[in-house]
Amino acid sequence: MIYLHYFAGLKEEAGKAEESLPWEDGTAADVLQWAKTSYPAFDFSAVQIAVNEEYVLETEPVKPGDHVAFIPPVSGG
Amino acid sequence: MGTELKPFHVTEQPLDSALYMDYVTHPGAGAVTLFAGTVREWTNGKRTMYLKYEAYVPMAEKKLAQIGDEINEKWPGSRVAIVHRIGELAISDIAVVIAVSSPHRKAAYEANEYAIEQIKKVVPIWKKEMWEDGEEWIGDQSYKPEQGSGQG
Repeated sequence: MIYLHYFAGLKEEAGKAEESLPWEDGTAADVLQWAKTSYPAFDFSAVQIAVNEEYVLETEPVKPGDHVAFIPPVSGG
Repeated sequence: MGTELKPFHVTEQPLDSALYMDYVTHPGAGAVTLFAGTVREWTNGKRTMYLKYEAYVPMAEKKLAQIGDEINEKWPGSRVAIVHRIGELAISDIAVVIAVSSPHRKAAYEANEYAIEQIKKVVPIWKKEMWEDGEEWIGDQSYKPEQGSGQG
């Protein structure tokens, strides 16, 4: 199982802030592909991925128990 | 507020900038810069009624602390506090406070500006503008993951 976190527009699109996904192994790119398929109306082109609260490249391995967050372009300040 | 001030904090509570100014002030400091980002009513001819901010709070606080570490490396002798408010904010409410003290003023100005620029690039906080006739999540399209505080 991995734990997915959604924010801003993606949270609204998904209708939830978090969900879990059965998982054995793969990369951040695989998780992103799953999300693109599950939420096809959302534009993922500028979304960054964080695994366990750190930005990662798409080649980063994702292991069971990891927290994967989709980070749309930020706008704090 | 708790009794202990958290220097890198994301909170739903109103921000009291004086607390953060006091926190960074110490005998070695010769300058303190205090930046407050406030909610603007008019943006490009559109009237904002209020803003909604949300954050990935644990990661945002980690990133704020990382910006503090970077400031200490780049401008030795600085002391930093950065706090961001989330939830619904009214016009003129303070959304972010950055307090930096340094031995000399130039570093205090530069480090403070560095902090707000990094916040706008890498800290997972999002702003939604609520207008009279609609709403929109605002995203800074300048984000590049290679920039400081980004890649672990």
